[in-house]
Order: sequence, then C-alpha cells, then structure tokens
Amino acid sequence: MADSVSNDAFVEFERVQKSYDGETLVVKDLNLTLPKGEFLTMLGPSGSGKTTCLMMLAGFETATHGEIRLDGRPINNIPPHKRGIGMVFQNYALFPHMTIGENLSFPLEVRKMGKSDREAKIKRALDMVEMEAFVNRRPAQLSGGQQQRVALARALVFEPELVLMDEPLGALDKQLREKMQFEITHLAHSLGITTVYVTHDQTEALTMSDRVAVFNDGVIQQLAPPDELYEAPQNSFVAQFIGENNTLEGTVKEIKDGIALVQLDDGELIDCKPINVSKPGERTRVSIRPERVEFNKERLQEGAHTLKAEVLEFIYMGDIFRTRLRVAGNDEFIVKTRNAPDQVRLEPGTQIEIGWLPEDCRALDA
Amino acid sequence: MTDTSGPLLAADGTPLKKRLAQAMFRSRARAFGLAFPLIAFIIVVFILPIIFLLWQGIYDARYSRLMPTSTAAMADWDAVSPPTEEMAAAMVADLVKARENKTIGQVATRVNRELSGTRSLFTKSARSAKKMEAPYMEALIKKDKDWADIEVWKAIKIASVKYNPGYVASALDLKYNADGSFERQDEDRRIHLMLFWRTIEISFLVTVFCLILGYPVAFLLSTLPTKTSNLLLILVLLPFWTSLLVRTTAWIAMLQAQGVMNDLFVVFGLATDEDRFSLIYNKTGTLIAMTHILLPFMILPLYSVMKTIPPSYTRAAKSMGATNWTAFWRVYFPQSVPGIGAGALLCFILAIGYYITPALVGGQDGQMISNIIDFHMRKSLNWNLAAALGLVLLVFVLFLFWIYDRVVGIDNMKLG
Amino acid sequence: MKLSKVLMATTALAFSAGAALASESITVVSWGGAYTKSQVEAYHKPWMAKTGNQVVSEDYNGGLAEIKAQVEAGTVTWDLVDVELSDAIRGCDEGLLEEIDHSILPAAPDGTPASEDFIEGALSDCAVANIVWSTVFAYDSSKTPGVDSIDDLFDLEAFPGKRGLRKNPKSLLEMALMADGVPASDVYATLETDEGVDRAFAKLDTIKDSVVWWEAGAQPPQLLADGEVVMTTAYNGRIFNAAAGEGKPFEVVWDGQIMDFDLWVMPKGAPNKEAALDFLAYSTDTQRLADQASWISYGPARKSSGPLVGLYNDGKTEMGPHMPTAEANLANALVNNFEFWADNQDELNERFNAWLAK
Repeated sequence: MADSVSNDAFVEFERVQKSYDGETLVVKDLNLTLPKGEFLTMLGPSGSGKTTCLMMLAGFETATHGEIRLDGRPINNIPPHKRGIGMVFQNYALFPHMTIGENLSFPLEVRKMGKSDREAKIKRALDMVEMEAFVNRRPAQLSGGQQQRVALARALVFEPELVLMDEPLGALDKQLREKMQFEITHLAHSLGITTVYVTHDQTEALTMSDRVAVFNDGVIQQLAPPDELYEAPQNSFVAQFIGENNTLEGTVKEIKDGIALVQLDDGELIDCKPINVSKPGERTRVSIRPERVEFNKERLQEGAHTLKAEVLEFIYMGDIFRTRLRVAGNDEFIVKTRNAPDQVRLEPGTQIEIGWLPEDCRALDA
Repeated sequence: MTDTSGPLLAADGTPLKKRLAQAMFRSRARAFGLAFPLIAFIIVVFILPIIFLLWQGIYDARYSRLMPTSTAAMADWDAVSPPTEEMAAAMVADLVKARENKTIGQVATRVNRELSGTRSLFTKSARSAKKMEAPYMEALIKKDKDWADIEVWKAIKIASVKYNPGYVASALDLKYNADGSFERQDEDRRIHLMLFWRTIEISFLVTVFCLILGYPVAFLLSTLPTKTSNLLLILVLLPFWTSLLVRTTAWIAMLQAQGVMNDLFVVFGLATDEDRFSLIYNKTGTLIAMTHILLPFMILPLYSVMKTIPPSYTRAAKSMGATNWTAFWRVYFPQSVPGIGAGALLCFILAIGYYITPALVGGQDGQMISNIIDFHMRKSLNWNLAAALGLVLLVFVLFLFWIYDRVVGIDNMKLG
Repeated sequence: MKLSKVLMATTALAFSAGAALASESITVVSWGGAYTKSQVEAYHKPWMAKTGNQVVSEDYNGGLAEIKAQVEAGTVTWDLVDVELSDAIRGCDEGLLEEIDHSILPAAPDGTPASEDFIEGALSDCAVANIVWSTVFAYDSSKTPGVDSIDDLFDLEAFPGKRGLRKNPKSLLEMALMADGVPASDVYATLETDEGVDRAFAKLDTIKDSVVWWEAGAQPPQLLADGEVVMTTAYNGRIFNAAAGEGKPFEVVWDGQIMDFDLWVMPKGAPNKEAALDFLAYSTDTQRLADQASWISYGPARKSSGPLVGLYNDGKTEMGPHMPTAEANLANALVNNFEFWADNQDELNERFNAWLAK
C-alpha cells in the first residue's frame, strides 16, 4: 500500500500549537507531513487533540502558533470556503431542507458551475456510492448508512484533492460500519484522494489507513503503518491503546546483545526486547500480545525464561479461546489461542508455565 | 386459516380489532382522566365565558324579552308602510308593564342605541302610558310628536330582533336596516374597518421590527456556550419580571417631549428645544413600546429552533466553498424558518390583541381595535358591539392561522 | 385586568371577613388622588370614629363597567360608588343600582328637610349628590400669562403649544361651541341639531393636532407640571389642590365652565347595605359636606352647607372664590344637561371616536 504514495509533501503541519484558553495547550508542537494520495488516520482518545488538528486543517479553528501548508501554500489565513477541502462530518450534516440532488448540487452551484455539468457530476458521484435512485429524496427519508454514502458523495462531488472525515462511521451499526470502512478506503484509493480520517476506533484505524497517527495529550505518540503500530508499539500508551495487551511491571537488570533482562516485581526474571529502556535499574512496563503467549513448553525456545501461571477462567469464543491467567500477581493476563483440533482447553485451577519469544516481549517506558 | 376473508380473531375468538380497542380504551381513559381537571378548568373559566360573550355579538333579547307584546306586533311590519294602530296599542300596553316592572330604563337604553333621543321619548311616554286610551297611535303622538316619525318605529323594529346582525354589521362599518338590508355607515361614523386595518398594520410592523432586532440576538444566544447564553437569556426575559404597566410607563418617561430621549436629541443638536420630536402619544410610540414588549416572544422560539441547528451545517457549507453569507442564507436561514414562523405568528397575534400599551402611549393615531373594544366594554357598556368586534377579530385571526397553515404549514412551526 | 379584579375582590373579602369579627366594613369607591383624600378626611374618618365600622377605600376611573360586571356576575363587592350624573341616571335606567329612599337623609340644622336642602337635581331615584364640580380649563401662569377666556383654549396663534383635553365628548363639545361663540344658554339646543354637532367638531378640528388626551383626573395637573401642555381642561378641584396645596402656578379659567354633580350610588346587591346607607346619610349631612370643601374646591350639594365653608386646610386660603358656584365664576357657566347626554351619548361617542381615530 505504502508504495503507491509519492513522497512530495501535500499536507504539512509545522510546529503547530493550539490553545483555547491561553493556559493549556490542546495541541503541542505538532509536526506532520502527508504525501499526496495517502490515507492517514488520526487515532486517539477523546480530548487528545485529533479533532482540533482536523478543524485547523479545515479552517474552522485557527492555529495559535505554527504553520499549516497545503500543496506548499500556507493556509493559516485562508478562510475555509477557499481551501477546497472536502469534508464528511460525524452527523453527516446533510442539509435537511434540500433533496439529495440539491445537497450535491450545492458545492457545484457556489462554484458557479453550469446546470448540465452539475447534473453530470451529481450523477457520477451518486453512482459512485450507488445512491443514484435517491436523488429526489430528502435526507430524513434515508437510513443512516444511506445518508453516510450521500455525505461521502457530497464531499467528493466537487473533486477536492484532500478530504477530511470526522468520525464518519460513529453512528452506524457494526456490520454496516465494516462494509463502509471497506468502501471508503476503496473509493479513496481508486480516486487517488488524500484523506485525513479521525476516529477513536482502533480497528477502523488499522483496517483503513496507510498510516496511523496515534494522538494522546496533544502529541503524536507514534506515526506508523498499521502493522508496525500493532507489532512494534514505541511506548506503553500505544501498546495499551492499540489492540489487546498484557502488561507486567518490573525493573531492568541488564541489557546485553539486544536483550533486556527484566526482574518482575515478584522477583521472577524474563527476557525482553528493550524499546525505550537504556540502562539497568530503570523501571519498565513489559508488553506481550495475548496471541504471542505460549504454554506448550515444546514450542518454546531452549533456555527461555518461563513464568508460573494459574488458570482463572476459560472462555470459548468460537474461532479462538480466551484464557485468563494469574501471572506474577496480575489477574488480568490474557492468552488467546486458535481453535485448532489439537488445541488444549485449560481447566480453571490448573497450574501451568508460560513463555514467549524475547522479541514478542517489549520493555517499554513505565 | 380456513377462512382468510373473515376478520382476524384474537386467541379467545373475539375480533382482533375489538380486543385492541378494548385494550386501548383503558389507556385512553387514563390519559383523559389525567388531563380532565385541566380540560374542565379551561372549559369553565375560558371557553364558556368566551362563547357566552361572543354570543352577545349576535344575540340581543333585551327588547323582545321586556316588550313581548310590541315585539310580536312588529314582527310582520314591513318597515315601509305607516305604523299600525295595533303596533301602537301593543306599545302602550308594554310601556305600562315596563314602568311597573321598572324595566323601562333598560328598554329605553336599548332603543336609544338605534336612534338617539328615543331614550327620553320612552321614559316620558311610559310615565303617562297608563292614562292613554284608544286610539293609541293618536294618544302617543299627542304625548310626543316623535311617535309620528317612522324612523322611531324602524329603530324599535331593529331593537326587537333577537338574533341581531346589527352588531356585527356595525363592527364592519355597515348599518342594519329595519327591512333587513345593509348599507354603509355614514362617513363620519365609519371607524372600525380603519381601525382593523391600522391594527393589522401596526401588528405587522411590530412583528417585522421584532424579527429584525430579535434574529441576531437569538443567533448570538444559540452560538454562545450554555453558561453565557443562559445568563443572556435571563436578560432577555428580564422585562417579564416587571409589570407591563411599569414598562409602558417607563417608555413614557423615556419618549415624552420633555423626556430622556428628546433631552439627548437636544444635547446632540438633532432637535431644537422648541421643536422636539413627537415620539409618544402617536403611532411611533405604540410601535416602539410594543416592539420592546413583544421582543422576547420573538427571541425565545427563534432561540429554541436555532439551538437545534448543529454548527456542522454551516461548516459543511463552508467546506464546500460557500461564503459566510451563502452558508447563512442557503443553509442556516431556511432551517431557522420554523422559528421565524412561530415567533412571527406569536408576536402578530399578541400584537393584534394588545390594548394597554396603545391606550397609554398611542395618543389618537396609535389606537388599535382592542382599544375600541375596551371602550365599549368599560365606557359605553355596549357589550354587544364589543362582542361583535371581538368576533370579527377572532374570525380574522383564525383566517390568518388558516393562511399560515396553507402557506407554511402549522406542523412546520416550532414553539420550543 | 381580570386578575387584578379578582385580587381586589379577594382583598376586599379578606378585609370584610377580618373586620366582621369586631364591626362592619364597607367598600367605598371613588376617583382617587386629592378627591378621595378629601372624602377620607371629611367622611370616612369621622364616620369610622363614630360607629367603629371600617371603610375600605378603592379607586376607579369612572364609568359603569365594573358595576355592571359585578352586578351581572352576582358578585358585588362595592357598597358605594362615587359617579358622575350621567352614569347615575344610566345605571339606574339599566337596573344596575339600588333605589335610595331619600327619607334617610338628615334634615338641615335649621330643620329644612333634605329634599329641599339639596340643590335642584342633586337627588334622583338611585343617587344622592355630594358635591358640585366643574370642568374648567387651566394654564400655567408662569409660562402662558394672559389667558382669560374659553376662546383662548382654541387659539393656537395667540397661545401656541399643546392642549390637554379629556378623551370624552362630554363637556368638550359644549366648550367647543362656547368658544365658537354660542352663548351658554343655547349650547344644548345647538347640539341637538346635526349642524350644531358638526360645528363643535369643526372647532375641535382646529386644535386636533396639538392635543394630548387625558383620561384620569390626576393627569391634567401632571401634564401642566411636566410642561407637556400649556393649557388643559381639568376638574377644578385638582387644579386648586395643585395650586393651593403644592404651590404650582396654575390658574383656573372659569369662563365656559361646565358644572356637574358627583353622586353616591349603591350597586344592586351591595353586600353591606345597612352600614353603607348609614355612611351615605352621614357623609351627606350639612357639616360633612362643608368639611369636605376645606380639603378640595368642590361645592357642597346642600344649600345649608354654604355658609359653613371656611378656609382651606392650609389655614389661610378662603375657599369661597374657588367654588364653581361662587357668584363671580358663574358669569359664563353651563350646567351639564344629563338628559341630553343620556339620549345622545351613544351616537356622539361613536362619532367622537371616529373623529379621534382619523
């Protein structure tokens, strides 16, 4: 996916800061560059600054400091209606007093486009989202998913090069959401549009994006493609926020040959990959994905450190089994295993030993 | 499913529709029971008195009740041929009775309303009616030659009509004649149509001023954070905390010739001390004071509608390339129309019935139809005419509602 | 309006209920301001002291509307009302008022029976007069000196400025005709004809644009004091009180004055009839009427009260010359013809309203 993205900077944030009250910064020193055609998702909990960034880009908020550039041009002082950015809103913002056709016609009319051109473009845009039959309906007569499609068509009908989407799928049910996720990415890539997508749903971020920017506390915690984000989180916030994650707390004993020896708080020793720990004596939070935990001793590496664990709960989930363990005083340690014919089902109360590959165990900041 | 054409049956065999109606009845009865005290209250203290009062606009049995013989004798008279002896005899008989019952004053007042001067004619004649002998017409004329005037008898004939269109006619500046025809009122007594028109004109202007002043305020209120907007909303409602009379009197102090506004105009050289502006006791005063008083009734519905318009609509419009004005005019404004409709209708209808303010600051050309109704209620005691005027006003307001419903649609109105 | 009436009624009820424990309480309604004060001082206080009963005083603006509303609704709360003559006649005609037996009225100190002691027209079936008042016009002598005749009220050239007029054709049409040169004795005969009415309205037309209309008796002195008008028609007593009582430089012009009675009437079904009749008889005896004249410059309705009228309550102003009935003030005076108004008020009111609204 990343190959299709050219390297010219299309959208740039340079040292952007934003404060509403003059006392606290909502966005702290943001630097971000998007090449043309990229699908970038801003992911983060509410209040992390992601929506503010989107609004600054759209022009509805002004940056307190720093510069935002679009296609090399500073746009800080350009009003929103001259930026030529398409936008899809959380509640769709379809104009209730206009029909679908009129809604789509609106951006073309303000651009003084002729009637026949308008009709052609409206038809094309509605075709794109398979909504051509609804051109004379009003938004209130459509379902949520249909409104979503129309909102998308409206944002694209005037052929902007950049489209912003502010949690556009938040109001849809799960199935529809998954379908729309696919359609949106498909459309964005086939039209070659640069997209900035805001969400707090990590699954959405992982499945749709070329790159994901994880926001917390006004700062981008990590900017990476989805696989890297999941498999190699750079700090414990990202590790916690993306996917399911087991954490154990301890102190670094030594770092040697790219392996960190960590003594957990109950005294046990484990091998980890040091990510942002540098010297012995540092406190660390160790992160292991549930599906990378192994309790079949035969599959473990020779000489690997193992931990004692007690099975607390076994949950059958169809495609996978989910087992809750007590490990090193942590009652919420989860192990996921595939539902395969030879897979063991662990009974609660069983004492086992668990282990993992050192590279799956990441020693992060405390 | 052997008989698909028959009605659907419930489990116990009764038709489903009937079962449903029974089940619904209980909940309906409960709902009615809860609302009943209010419904009864409204019917007793509001609807019935209004119906009773308006009824007087078309029904007046004072003469026919107090002078039954005369009423019967006049029933077939064509109001063209000379009055008959039979009518005179009935008149004398009723006059004698009316004097005995001390109801002659009421009768005289009633007939006097149709023809000035007949009050004294009736009271005088009643005093000597007992001594009169046949032929009665001559006896009456001997007592007072006015009895020979056919106009007197025509007035009596009109007064004797129970279901009397005369009051409604009078409310429309028409005259109801004894022969049942209508004609326009004498020019120097025409007043009501002109006042109805002025009432509409003033109400319309007040509504427009309220809209012009209220729309930006409501817009501001709806965009501010709740904490600030609540505070400002209290300021908007502040006028409701003082009595209408106090507010109106305050305007007198502000606007009169020696008042605050004129003093300021003189200080700033906009007027000379001798030639101050007439801001009050005329239409201007009525417009200013009524706009102020009705402004909250415009702002509140507007605010409640605007509050529900998400800012994302205008943002969406702007993101699609619309200027601030286009975004407002094509996207925001159409969605605030239900608020405008509700506010304007509220203001207009309240303005149409206003009378304290125009009475106090209206002078002579700022008076409205309600002031005339008030005059007939309190001063002339012609409640029948007051009721007829009220009836015409009510019909007009209902007509407006109908127009509004046809043009905008009542269900498109939002009162918050 | 409705609510205030209910409140008034409830208050009155509460008062009467509270007072009934000790004594009776009657509700007496009058025109407010200096006039009601004169009645409180001369009638209410001594009567309450003598009988131990209570008088609740209420104000109104004239007219029969409230009486009619109370009588027709069957919830009469007023016992005695001070009304104008035309309303007394009309209220009696319409059956809104109790008839009053004149034999309850006390004789004069010298033994003259009440029926002879009251001046002519002061007693009628349903009413007993207490005062003679008059509609005059007044001006501020510090601003517009030299006004002395009814003509000046209509002379905008000689005396420019706004005029205050009562918003009622009664007295106004008469004044207009007198200013137009009709002698007082011919005024009503002239008004009987259509031409006469036209003539009166034509005269009013000449000042219509300069008129500030008033309705309550307390307004004219205020309009003069505020400088809103340079001259205004008024009830003579109100002007006298502003001048003698508050030292305002107001002067009354007696030329073209129109005299009228104020009378006590009792709404039909008054709640405290006995006590109210006692009050009525007491308040219209020779001494009480003379006493009232020391509080306001209205003439007593009894001949025997005349000689007893003395000084204004400031202790120095002689009341005699300020009475409408003083010899010097009668040179060009008119007595209100209630028969004429009872017969013609509907038509003339209608025409006046139409004229006003144009």
